[in-house]
Amino acid sequence: MSKQYIRVAAEFTKEGAVNPILIWWGDKSYTVDRILDRRRAASLKAGGIGWRYTCRILGKERYLFYDDEEQQWFVEVPDPYTVPF
Amino acid sequence: MVPRTILHCDCNNFYASVEQLYHPALRGRPLAVAGDPEQRHGIVLAKNELAKRCGVRTGHPLWLARQLCPDLLFVPPHYAQYSRFSRLCRKIYRGYTDQVESFGLDECWLDVTGSLSLFGEGRGIADQLRRTIREELGITISVGVSFNKVFAKLGSDLKKPDATTVIEEKSWRETVWPLPAADMLGVGPATDRLLKRYGIRTIGQLAQAPSQTLHSLLGKNGDLLWSCANGLESSPVSRFGEAPPVKSIGNSTTMPRDLEDGDALRLILYILAESVAERLREQDLQCRTVQVFFRSSDLSWMERQAGLDPPSCSSQTLFEASYRLYKEHGAGCALRSIGLRACGLQHWAAPQTTLLKEAQHSHNRDAAERAVDQIRRRFGRNAIRRGIMLTDEALSALDPRTDHPERIAGSVS
Repeated sequence: MSKQYIRVAAEFTKEGAVNPILIWWGDKSYTVDRILDRRRAASLKAGGIGWRYTCRILGKERYLFYDDEEQQWFVEVPDPYTVPF
Repeated sequence: MVPRTILHCDCNNFYASVEQLYHPALRGRPLAVAGDPEQRHGIVLAKNELAKRCGVRTGHPLWLARQLCPDLLFVPPHYAQYSRFSRLCRKIYRGYTDQVESFGLDECWLDVTGSLSLFGEGRGIADQLRRTIREELGITISVGVSFNKVFAKLGSDLKKPDATTVIEEKSWRETVWPLPAADMLGVGPATDRLLKRYGIRTIGQLAQAPSQTLHSLLGKNGDLLWSCANGLESSPVSRFGEAPPVKSIGNSTTMPRDLEDGDALRLILYILAESVAERLREQDLQCRTVQVFFRSSDLSWMERQAGLDPPSCSSQTLFEASYRLYKEHGAGCALRSIGLRACGLQHWAAPQTTLLKEAQHSHNRDAAERAVDQIRRRFGRNAIRRGIMLTDEALSALDPRTDHPERIAGSVS
């Protein structure tokens, strides 16, 4: 399992929350259909901490992490060649 | 008086746990966070549970640690990361009480007496904290719950990792008194050796020893230890942000090579003096005493001090006093590390207008150094430097404020 930083388009709400809308993996972009949960959590698999979003993307539930100190988004990838979405 | 509920939260193997979180491949292997041997900081700063089981201890030189545990992995420290985790832990604690008192980067006391009606009893709060920190930060803590700070700390040391230990007010003697005296906060190796000479080996024996005997052996500290051992310690947990008054400000450094008298040594002393003086001025303080610490290449050390009259926060004055102490006591031997500490602190007050030449001179020096502080704040540390810094670029690159040198015990960071 490795940590991959990804490009994300996000919405900054009036309340100060940040919600991902669109993510990029390689040349392709994927829409975040729904955010099911948002909480602070550690990623023990990839190594890191931040806000963990449980998102529905292409009908599957996926974790997206936002490290608010480094201001970077990352995902846990089983191996570097697997598309996580 | 309402019995208090005090928690002591201790992050388990803090530095090593943070490193393992960021490098999952290191989990399950003996690991030590180690200083840079090339900078002659080659000691174990922290270790994980597996390394501890092999006998590796904090402060061991790297060769000894490797001898004890041949599979040991060394990783360099990442202080900014540890500081971040420490801040996040305190933020979680503050969700339960505003009485959060730090004890180093990885330990905190919490007084949750006022929060019991909101969050339940002490053990429940401790368990919630452990779960939250494990889930949100990926590290573990041990929590001691008791009715005073000393027993709460004792409790957090009893079961590790990721455990809650309650030392109850009605049964604390059965738990605490059989423990070795050295386990209690305030009993260091020297005190423990002294107590053992008088047959005091457990906290119970310490509690039952005549208080006058302890006073004659250890002075005020003896009174304090006796009351702690008898469960009478009652110091409050400070509120978050309430810093205790600063008693001293100091920095020390281990040099990349042993130094004898000369420009290189004077340069290091100037760097330390500038760092300490700048921190004094930041806090509107000045000092009446300068202490210096020298460790020579054979690891023997000495500490000497001198008074300042008038009190000062000028780096030039601190340098002159510390260099004089070196000339009087440390000259002639090669030095491995040096420390400088400002003590006898008092609030800085603008000097009254005077015709005395020395006072005028001191005032002008002070104003010049404050101007230097402002230039550095705006344009960076290297915007203005002493000429001596140009004689050795490698040594002058040392910045005691950001390089995390070994700090003199008891000084503030």
